[in-house]
Amino acid sequence: MVIKSPKDFWAGVMFFAFGAGMAAIALKNYQMGSAVRMGPAYFPAVLGGMLALLGLVLLVRSFALKGDKVPQFHFRPLLLILVACVAFGYFLKPLGLVGATLLLVFIGAFGGHEFKWKEVSILYVVMFIFSVLVFVKGLTLPFPICPSALEDYCRF
Amino acid sequence: MEIISNLALGFGVALSPFNLLMCLIGVILGTLIGVLPGVGPVATIAMLLPITFNLNPIAALIMLAGIYYGAQYGGSTTAILVNLPGESSSVVTCLDGYQMARRGRAGPALATAALGSFFAGCVATLIVAMFAPPLAEVALKFGPSEYFSLMVLGLVAAVVLAHGSLIKAICMVLLGLMLGLVGTDVNSGVLRFAFGISELADGIGFVTVAMGMFGLAEIIANLEHKGAREVFTGKVKHLWPTRDDFKRIWAPILRGTFLGSALGILPGGGALLASFGAYTLEKKVSKNSAEFGKGAIEGVAAPEAANNAGAQTSFIPLLTLGIPSNAVMALMIGAMMIQGIAPGPQVMTERPQLFWGMIASMWLGNLMLVVLNLPLIGMWIKLLTVPYRILYPSILVFMCIGVFSLSNNPFDCLLMAAFGLLGYVCVKLECEPAPMILGFILGPLMEENLRRAMLLSRGDPLVFFQKPISASFLIVSIILLVIIALPNIRKRREEVFVEET
Repeated sequence: MVIKSPKDFWAGVMFFAFGAGMAAIALKNYQMGSAVRMGPAYFPAVLGGMLALLGLVLLVRSFALKGDKVPQFHFRPLLLILVACVAFGYFLKPLGLVGATLLLVFIGAFGGHEFKWKEVSILYVVMFIFSVLVFVKGLTLPFPICPSALEDYCRF
Repeated sequence: MEIISNLALGFGVALSPFNLLMCLIGVILGTLIGVLPGVGPVATIAMLLPITFNLNPIAALIMLAGIYYGAQYGGSTTAILVNLPGESSSVVTCLDGYQMARRGRAGPALATAALGSFFAGCVATLIVAMFAPPLAEVALKFGPSEYFSLMVLGLVAAVVLAHGSLIKAICMVLLGLMLGLVGTDVNSGVLRFAFGISELADGIGFVTVAMGMFGLAEIIANLEHKGAREVFTGKVKHLWPTRDDFKRIWAPILRGTFLGSALGILPGGGALLASFGAYTLEKKVSKNSAEFGKGAIEGVAAPEAANNAGAQTSFIPLLTLGIPSNAVMALMIGAMMIQGIAPGPQVMTERPQLFWGMIASMWLGNLMLVVLNLPLIGMWIKLLTVPYRILYPSILVFMCIGVFSLSNNPFDCLLMAAFGLLGYVCVKLECEPAPMILGFILGPLMEENLRRAMLLSRGDPLVFFQKPISASFLIVSIILLVIIALPNIRKRREEVFVEET
């Protein structure tokens, strides 16, 4: 057996796994109820079943119909961009907007093709000042500006 | 005339200084993101949603609406000058607009796009004002079974209009519907698919999903290619079209406006479908069809009028039925819910100021856009020279701040990253995210209405076919699916989308 359409194959795998998984979780943990009084499992189980079925169709069909290859994954932008966002979220409280924006801009910029220290540094400073003025001062979002350890020393 | 007094009320609201300012901010932002390739209205509106918490509902919706139709204006600028669609709905404008620019007629092309859009915007505003009230009255009679069938129709239409494989689009809808169910079940109070994560008890925020699937995935995909953007360098001169040009464009603009308005109302429709439909139609009926693709001014006029008309009339299903017809409208529903407004036919009677104020603001916004896009065109051209490597970290900052501020919780950033990954995988596997977002919004609504309908009918699923309105929605859905599955038409649909991309 040769996979003739890798794109469809992997999409099928993804949909099947998701559909079957959700349906199984729903059936195992929640009540099914009846058609008149649907329990919390009813709708997700039906949807999950349909999704799994369609995923299976895609999967089986990928052995018969010719299709495209899955294009190459570019892991550098993928990982760095995602890490940058997560880092921003988890470091915002301990490091304040100063530190979190620094992490976000620099890690994010590393994901691109060109990285110029000077350019990124200027960008960081501009973005930081802009965010403080617009989001913290203007829209009064309750974000800490400074790292929590230095709270007593810096005031804006 | 009721419509005049209603519009007068609307203009009264829209002309208040603060609402005017919000409208201006909206259309400026819309033009900005329209001009910039790689930033779309979906990501922008998602980014700004958290900020609208602090605004009153009317101002918030006026601003967000301005972004969507403003983006239609800005998108054409990039299409004409850079041969890149600044906005997905201006894909077809590239074909003839860029050719016109190469021949030194960038000015008239830009002016045609702006004037066509303005005309279409005026007409579409009137259409919304005329058709929304009677539709809302019909919708007031809808029961749960009608709503359920209508949502089925909306989802089917989204599937039919999605690019690429039909099965994949259906899968994406189902995936979205299921993700929408995460959180506490309203009927039983059971926590579903939360996996012990307390943050998931309230469900997944759709802003998070939209930013991940559209914003992050788009950025990552854009970073794959080395951005070699060729900006049209020559100075734009002679903005005004000649008398001969005017003779050639008035009919295409009219046709584009009406076709666009009609296609915008359809569930699953909106600006993208409208511009494409109008271009195809124009190519068929125009006397100068041989010139299409080589710089025919009709090829700029018709789709630009149509995409603006479609962008505006796609508000009709949102305002009257509370059902979004595309991803942007899904976000608008979110914006309304943030403000504590339940979208649906009752909005018009219960909050006439919001309803008519928004409609009036569309006309005012269009007027501002003409001013923004014609005399100030030079400013937007300069903006095009900003490299993407500067642009995307700034976008990242806005997205992260926006998502974090939803509930002041780092978990939302993690969730956004997870959906960014899913979105990127979907790009690679050619699964379009737009149907998923629609499903995501409609998931809980559909379940709710399905439950109610089944309870009322004592478990008889035939109820959906016994009520005439509900039955007709379902029959149309089935017909659509059957038609699209016929080999002949499927082939043509694929050709259509290939041509588009």
